Amino acid sequence: MVVFALFIISKAGGLIYNREFHTGLAKLTSNDYLMLAGSFHGMHAITKQLCPVMPQPPNPTSAAAVLAPSPFSGRPSGLEVLETSHFRMQCFQTLTGTKFLLFTEPQQPNIDSMIRKIYELYADYVMKNPFYTVEMPIRCEKFDRNLDGFVKVRS
Amino acid sequence: MSGAPNQTPGLRYPSNKKTIYDRNLNRSKNAELSRAAFAYLFVEMISYAQQRVRGIADLEKRLNTQGYPLGLRLLDLLLTRTANPLSSIRPTRILPLLQFIAQTLWRHLFARPADALERSESDSSQYMLFDNEPLVNQYISLPREMSQLNCAAFVAGIIEGVCDGAGFATEGVSAHSVAEQEGGGGEKEKSAKGAELWPGKTVFLIKFKQEVLEREEILGRG
Repeated sequence: MVVFALFIISKAGGLIYNREFHTGLAKLTSNDYLMLAGSFHGMHAITKQLCPVMPQPPNPTSAAAVLAPSPFSGRPSGLEVLETSHFRMQCFQTLTGTKFLLFTEPQQPNIDSMIRKIYELYADYVMKNPFYTVEMPIRCEKFDRNLDGFVKVRS
Repeated sequence: MSGAPNQTPGLRYPSNKKTIYDRNLNRSKNAELSRAAFAYLFVEMISYAQQRVRGIADLEKRLNTQGYPLGLRLLDLLLTRTANPLSSIRPTRILPLLQFIAQTLWRHLFARPADALERSESDSSQYMLFDNEPLVNQYISLPREMSQLNCAAFVAGIIEGVCDGAGFATEGVSAHSVAEQEGGGGEKEKSAKGAELWPGKTVFLIKFKQEVLEREEILGRG
């Protein structure tokens, strides 16, 4: 159960938080991180456009027709999972447009619950902090501390 | 302020013409409040206090002012609600007052008693109330330039309201983070050791006025 890194990308596409939990990864400059985040943001938007459109039922107001469960549920979403032989990247987009990118090892189970817990920590220690301006880089000591605690316990 | 309010029915003037003063006092006795709701409200209170403020001391003073009326009202409410008729009188000595604050008030606000109550060795008019992890500070991470601020100044305001309402005039009640005290002095070293275990440990310094101490001495003699 190894988590490599966490990125948080704001609604506008800027990187507001990046943190590595695993030593031994190749070092990138901070500029590289910003470019990575920006590229992902653009790619996410493109893949959202590529998503297949939900087929319109032939007679939407007909109450008699019983439709089979459709695989096209909800709105189209962008890129969610990127998996390679070395790592797996999962993207969770909140309703407000903030994206959480979690990099883990390929066989990591329970990624959904991990991302949900990280989202909870974000909602607690970042959003309820009076000294944090939304969409700005995150510099909250309690968020870092609790994130560390959570990731260390899981790995 | 006279006559029946000629308003359309709403939250403040319900259609059965009963105002908040007609409600039973014990109705909200065991009521619980969502911690997140309070946290968001507190964020707005701090932002409001921060407008056009001139420094950290001024910001703490404003938070103190925000908590003061709460203390005045809580004193009466909590005394009314005590089950034992003997203890529902206003405390007249310093130690029962401080115990009322550390036990009853803290339990009402935070569902647990305060962690320690001490009298300062260097200054006999100063008492110290310790809280290892103030609830109001739970989600707050201070930026580096504001590391001297302690938002528990709001709770200090509540304490000041209780003391003033009970007739014990104070010079001031302030909230300080224990971790930032420099070493030196036996009592400070003891509390500094606790600060490693509890990084948010806060001490509330209650400084009573001279006439309160004189009165206490006279009452102690008689």
